[in-house]
Amino acid sequence: MVATLEIRNLHASVDAEDDLILNGVNLTIRQGEVHALMGPNGSGKSTLANVLMGNPAYVVREGQILLDGEDLLEMEADERSRAGLFLAFQYPVAIPGVTLGNFLRHAINARLKAEDPESKGIPIPQFARMMRQKMSALEIDQSFAGRYLNEGFSGGEKKRAEILQMAVLEPRIAVLDETDSGLDIDALRIVADGVNSLTGPDMGALVITHYQRILNHIKPDFVHVLYGGRIVESGGPALALELEEKGYEWVREKHTMLQAAEA
Amino acid sequence: MAVVRRRSTGPQAPEYTKADVEALSEKHDEPAWMRERRIQAWDLYENTPMPYMEEEWRRTDYRHIRWDQASTLATANGTCAEQVPAKHLEPLTGDEQGGLLVLVDGKVVRREFADELHDQGIVFADLRAALTEHEELLREHFMTAAVKADEGKFAALHAALWDHGAFIFVPRNRQAALPLHVVCYNSKSGAAMGHVLVVLEENAAATVQVEYASGHGDEHASYIGATELIVGAAGNLRFVSLQDWNRQTFEFSHQRGLVGRDAQLDWVNGVMGSRLTKAFIEVDAVGAGANARVSGFFFADHGQFFDLDTQQNHNAPLTNTDLLFKGAARDNARTLWQGMIKSLPKMQKIDGYQVCRNLMLSDEARMDSIPGLEIEADDVACSHAATFGTLEEEPIYYLMSRGITRPQAQLMIIEGFFDELLQRIPFDRVRGRLMDEIEAKIIG
Repeated sequence: MVATLEIRNLHASVDAEDDLILNGVNLTIRQGEVHALMGPNGSGKSTLANVLMGNPAYVVREGQILLDGEDLLEMEADERSRAGLFLAFQYPVAIPGVTLGNFLRHAINARLKAEDPESKGIPIPQFARMMRQKMSALEIDQSFAGRYLNEGFSGGEKKRAEILQMAVLEPRIAVLDETDSGLDIDALRIVADGVNSLTGPDMGALVITHYQRILNHIKPDFVHVLYGGRIVESGGPALALELEEKGYEWVREKHTMLQAAEA
Repeated sequence: MAVVRRRSTGPQAPEYTKADVEALSEKHDEPAWMRERRIQAWDLYENTPMPYMEEEWRRTDYRHIRWDQASTLATANGTCAEQVPAKHLEPLTGDEQGGLLVLVDGKVVRREFADELHDQGIVFADLRAALTEHEELLREHFMTAAVKADEGKFAALHAALWDHGAFIFVPRNRQAALPLHVVCYNSKSGAAMGHVLVVLEENAAATVQVEYASGHGDEHASYIGATELIVGAAGNLRFVSLQDWNRQTFEFSHQRGLVGRDAQLDWVNGVMGSRLTKAFIEVDAVGAGANARVSGFFFADHGQFFDLDTQQNHNAPLTNTDLLFKGAARDNARTLWQGMIKSLPKMQKIDGYQVCRNLMLSDEARMDSIPGLEIEADDVACSHAATFGTLEEEPIYYLMSRGITRPQAQLMIIEGFFDELLQRIPFDRVRGRLMDEIEAKIIG
């Protein structure tokens, strides 16, 4: 079955009384599809990523998020992950004392235990073999697995570590939140290659970006523009090029007027 | 800074008399010098007020101890090694053990000692037996150099009424190739006056694990103990002590390592149990080139109170002490660490490091850390710090976003916090044991 993530009329804010950051987002992503979500700063892109994953810092005020018809809003972040959703963080947090390898082994074991409470977890040799493969595919040094999670990682290392986690956990729908920002050309290529090797029939992706340049490497099937907390434009790859050329100003002009008229 | 409570009345003293001291010596037919030392210590005890307003005591209120229960001198009857939970008997510092000594309520219930160590002149003995068999060694080292009766009220009381313990002695140029393991277990309430004395002569080496624990108790108990670690020139002692008293036990202990010229002491100190612990943990670097590393682990929950008072005394030049304590507190537990690095005048080229890191796991928990330096030399490298943190939502969310459950994520972050300390511990199984203790404290 093809996994489907449906976002319906999603409204969200930081606190229950705060102004809405997401103001009625509608979007459907199917396994196998690559969607790019673009938008100016402050349009709600990162909020959408975090609300999808279940960040407790946000409150969903209205709307639905369904994965294969199951209500993600009823689930904590860990359950959403085990259901097949993944978020590559824009700013992955450093966790001292927890190595990347140990962390990923726990993540895999959490999946195995959710399926079978009696599970003893992945055998360590099998895990080590799998990690070696995935790390070399992403041109990540093997010593990475023994380093503390994101601690002292450069910007590029953090992003590659996020992609490594995605490769290991094999989600059905992945959300990449500004994974391209701050990367040099080589790192961007490696990250994009990593994403490309995972997207395909088994994984759908929502690639959130401010800039068009990552879309030279990751070819989206659909491009959407988020503005004022809702998707205001949708189209094919040509839309991204148009944004690159014209900037976000025209979006702002067009939709500020429209939204004002609505209000 | 800690808020000082005003106290109308000082703590009560435990209920002992000079006759108790004399009776103890009589019962064990002790040599005259020991009888004299006990009486001297008793006089000192009687002339010392119960501590409570002194700087190192004023934050520690132990007036709720019921001495009518906690001062009863425990006498063993019907004790056996089977009373001791298996985890305390497990060798943690090596695959094989050179010796295992198990004391229950002060009585030896099990003693194993490898011939190959015995044949080298190494002593691994019940302290009582050692008083007869190695009288001269005890006369020389017992409470004469490391922990002394005049260090405080409880040190004096211990010197007057100590009643059991272990004695480990490694002669010059000998190495105890296999680790030695002592278990002090109490099955009763009342007072435990245990003493561990480790003496390494010049160029001697040993690894020692000591476990303190007690079974469930409904009445108050006390441990008024002393630990003396004497490491001779160029000696090497690795010492692990793990304390897991029941929640009715009040510990008042003095622990001191004396590190000689070019000698090395690696000391791991784990504090998990007790209702209240007041421990003085000190290292004295007494010979040039002495090197001491102290790694402290503590985790308090449900109304526990730990007061750990550490001191690093640089009494010789070119000495190095490195102390790291890491602890957590949850529920309404309270912890206090007071650290001090001291040097005698003109002790140049010393390097002292003291850090205490605290992780507060509930709003009701309270943790205080007070580092201090008293250095009377100018060519030194001394540093101290205390840090405090809480369990934050952001890293928990990050781990959960990968499918890890909330309790598991919290546990991983807490274990991660302790990792810096665990990495200093040279024994896999000690690390594993501490991880188990963390898990037990978190999951309950």
